Amino acid sequence: MRVNVTVNGEQRQADDVWEGESLLYLLRERLGLPGSKNACEQGECGSCTVYLDSVPVCACLVAAGQAQDREVRTVEGLVQGDRLDPVQEAFVDAGAVQCGFCTPGLVVAAHDLLDRVPKPSDPEIREALAGNLCRCTGYEKILDAVRLAASRKEAGA
Amino acid sequence: MDFLRPDTLAEALAHKAERPDAVPIAGGTDVMVELNFDHRRPAALLDLTRIAELRTWDEDDGAVRIGAAVPYTRIIEELGGRLPGLAMASRTVGSPQIRNRGTVGGNLGAASPAGDTHPVLLAAGATVEAASTRGTRLIPATDFYLGVKRHALEPDELITAVHVPVTHAPQQFSKVGTRNAMVIAVCSFAVALHPAQSRVGAAVGSAAPTPRRASAAEEFLSAELTSTNQWESPKPLLDSVKRRFGDLVAEAASPIDDVRGSAAYRKHALSVLARRTLGWAWQDYSGKVA
Repeated sequence: MRVNVTVNGEQRQADDVWEGESLLYLLRERLGLPGSKNACEQGECGSCTVYLDSVPVCACLVAAGQAQDREVRTVEGLVQGDRLDPVQEAFVDAGAVQCGFCTPGLVVAAHDLLDRVPKPSDPEIREALAGNLCRCTGYEKILDAVRLAASRKEAGA
Repeated sequence: MDFLRPDTLAEALAHKAERPDAVPIAGGTDVMVELNFDHRRPAALLDLTRIAELRTWDEDDGAVRIGAAVPYTRIIEELGGRLPGLAMASRTVGSPQIRNRGTVGGNLGAASPAGDTHPVLLAAGATVEAASTRGTRLIPATDFYLGVKRHALEPDELITAVHVPVTHAPQQFSKVGTRNAMVIAVCSFAVALHPAQSRVGAAVGSAAPTPRRASAAEEFLSAELTSTNQWESPKPLLDSVKRRFGDLVAEAASPIDDVRGSAAYRKHALSVLARRTLGWAWQDYSGKVA
């Protein structure tokens, strides 16, 4: 089947999409957007988190056909021109990146949290990131990155 | 495989009548896992997410009718005041990403014994609305679950909504898992006070082939509270009453030993969950009546 979807503000089209295919496969393998990572394919790890109509979802659990006529924003789409999003910048500056595999999903989840809750408490950060697994960092640097992004956003606002 | 994309409920029901083998998909949090792991190759997927009326809820005649495709996040944000138990159980589902997509309709359709909302639906006295081209019918939650992942729907029917009575009386839900987030229940329990009917609702999850009501526990506690006139003038519950309630809840379960826990552990944990949640609910009720 053919799927038409707006991805990072651009109208995209994919042909010969298998009906049981996930949005994640569509993004990575058909549209050439490898930012969202493919790890567990069961919604446990959060590394494929993208916005679907402004709501963070696991792209592996959305059928590609369900994205027809909808808007997807991936980690690639958070960049404004050649400037990283403040959340992406904070992850770099706080050293919240090790192997980097979980980073895109965490960045999207943290981005959504700070959109909804500009000054999150630690429990709020932990809850918001509860669906994103990281196997290298121990999460402390990731929590630091979210706190840093929040404080910079506040200072900039 | 076909991908069916109806825009209206009438269209969806026509599809389902013609293709009873079509698998409905809304949030996809169960169906897509089965597809990704090649555990299932349905002849067709029936996408319900484009049907506007399945994404709305409304309140009528003392109950909230929640469309089958309303995600958990919206139940938590919009219905916590009216349906405290359901909102509480919804908060324990998966992660934010999963709660943004997953639905009570999907929980019912999957009919897993471990589904988080089932004990609440049973304890609160919910009804499942099922529709087909032949018409619409209401199935009490008590009659809905037939076996492991089996329910009372006919092959041409779709779950369109769940009706949950609005309450200002306390409800509690609690589950045991190996961590706080992203966990399937080892066992779970819901209690709902129904002071207008001088009755208590109680149900267990993940501790029998289906979610099920703990009827003997419900009857014992309802009789105890009514005979001591405690609905009108609540007193702190006797330990012996809480303990007996917990024991009867555990007796209602027939769990299995599996990777998540032993049957004996599940029964023990249920008796503790029952005592605790009843304690919280009763304290809350006493505060409201006083």
